Amino acid sequence: MKKFLLIALVGLMAVTFAFAGGDAEQADDGVFKMAAIFQTSIEEPWDGAIHVAALKIAEEMGLTYEFAENVKAADFSKVVREYSERGFDFIIGDAFLAGEEPSRAVAKDYPDIAYAFGSEFDIQAPNYSVFDNWIHEPAYLSGVIAGMMTESNVLGVVAAIPIPEVNRLVGAFKAGALSVNSNVTVKVAMIGSWFDPPKAKEAAVSMIEAGADFLFAERFGVFEAAKEAGVYAFGNMSDQNALAPDVVISSCVWDMYPVLKNSIDAIQNGTWKAQNLKDWSMMAAGGSSLAPYHGLESKIPADVKAKVADLQKQIMAGTFVVPVIETPTVSD
Amino acid sequence: MMSEIFSVAFITGIIAATLRMSTPIILATLGEIITERSGVLNLGIEGTMLFGAAIGFLTTLSTGSLWLGVLAAALAGIALSLIMAILSVYLGLSQHVSGLGITIFASGLAMFIYRLVVGSPTVPPIIDPFSPIAIPLLSRIPILGGSFFTQYSLTYITWLLIPAVSIFLFKTRAGLRVRTIGQNPFAADTVGVNVNLTRTLCLAAGGAFFGVAGAFLTLAHQNMFLIDVIGGRGWIAIAMTIFGNWNPVMGAVGGLIFGFLDALQLRLQTLGVDLPFHIFLMIPYLITIFALISVSRKASVPAGLLKPYRREDKGG
Repeated sequence: MKKFLLIALVGLMAVTFAFAGGDAEQADDGVFKMAAIFQTSIEEPWDGAIHVAALKIAEEMGLTYEFAENVKAADFSKVVREYSERGFDFIIGDAFLAGEEPSRAVAKDYPDIAYAFGSEFDIQAPNYSVFDNWIHEPAYLSGVIAGMMTESNVLGVVAAIPIPEVNRLVGAFKAGALSVNSNVTVKVAMIGSWFDPPKAKEAAVSMIEAGADFLFAERFGVFEAAKEAGVYAFGNMSDQNALAPDVVISSCVWDMYPVLKNSIDAIQNGTWKAQNLKDWSMMAAGGSSLAPYHGLESKIPADVKAKVADLQKQIMAGTFVVPVIETPTVSD
Repeated sequence: MMSEIFSVAFITGIIAATLRMSTPIILATLGEIITERSGVLNLGIEGTMLFGAAIGFLTTLSTGSLWLGVLAAALAGIALSLIMAILSVYLGLSQHVSGLGITIFASGLAMFIYRLVVGSPTVPPIIDPFSPIAIPLLSRIPILGGSFFTQYSLTYITWLLIPAVSIFLFKTRAGLRVRTIGQNPFAADTVGVNVNLTRTLCLAAGGAFFGVAGAFLTLAHQNMFLIDVIGGRGWIAIAMTIFGNWNPVMGAVGGLIFGFLDALQLRLQTLGVDLPFHIFLMIPYLITIFALISVSRKASVPAGLLKPYRREDKGG
């Protein structure tokens, strides 16, 4: 019995190794190859935003695009290295946290390959660029909408973990609300994980009980609570109106397309260098936007819409700069 | 701040949240108690819950029927537990290793099947979930009505299952057999109880509980499936099994305490106490650890737990 199991195990491992190379043997056919590595599944909005932009650009420019999701910390460097060995031209990923160090370490070994990973830290010459989502501008606009429309003067924010990227959104949302309504109080709860919709929902329920009538859903799970209680919510990262059409009044949308487009152009022209790609994620570059109001358009008073449109114009023109608040916002 | 804590809305809210959040934990704990009472520790619990959550969700997504989803989740849980039975009961492998193996396997399988069915959309597909049911008359009682008697049907079923499992284990012949093979499988075998078959049946029953516990999260509490949706609730159920001293009622009490602390910490966060949020998130787990320490010293572990049964081994 034991011998049989052993033979079966060895056989299984042999098969695994035989196929592990994938398409590695394929000759380089000159097609530009891009790979993305994600630490969670692509339903996670941050990874989803990167993935959608990558799909779009791959189709548009006729590139090869492959991705790996749910790559845990222990495997991250292995997967980055695998794509590097297979001769990919451009390797991107969500990075941050556990993916940060492994991706930087591998990038050092392949100076001719272009890397771009999400990071709040510095670039790494010559080939490792960093990007981040800069959707604090639409978050500010969401705050303006909530601040003008709230009846209870209580707003809620359910977010994951207070890292700068998340703090920016919370801070901008609150600043936007306070800019139009000085009586507003903002409740903030962190669920301590990127993915715990049940906990996010319960946090939202507790805010609704405390009187909140507008919720900023940095994470999934909030819309369910908003739906049951009949309050409005803002989606984050992608246009999430389809998840709860009666509830999601707008969303802060991050579009990775400008980041990818400009990076790929630079790589193909041979002008790529390690850089902070953040400007391509700003509203002015088309990297972020406030999603349409969809079916809730008629519920928003004209003066609110006018105010938001006006601010939007000023942000695009650079005459108004949304504050960047990277320290954690404490609940009022 | 005190006035906020003692308001009717706050109290009603926290009781309702406690009951909601403890439902999957209690269900899973009941399943684990049945399994462990027969002498098998099923660490496949976390993965089995995720698998049930996925299969239940996908079934409802394609058929539109919530109850078919619940049924499919139960069957999915049973299927995985039967694999656990083959490994740990019939092949006699380490219960720890096979259980953890099942969890890792099931987590991957759940995601794989989900991807096969829905592809990789950026906005996850949703279903129309169970709504809370207000029980006529009772739901109008102040505080209690809005909390105890306005819950999801799966939560009501869970409450009914607490006494049911208790009666099964302690008042029926079948329950006596289960407890006996968990204590002394050799004695049970000599009086004609089929030890391995009974253990397999207990694993299957427990698996059904796990599957439905997972499906509660994707069919009632939420309306979508996401990886990590279980979020360690299976491991908490393992802790509650020990906390409850393998007694369904006490296990459920443990689940309620955990649910209460989780509901409380979220509310404390929003009250604006300026402490690192990690402190709040830790509260339920910290208190669980302390409770476990104090309770488990007096715990009476089923004597046959973790030991595969081999007739040719010497008894005792």
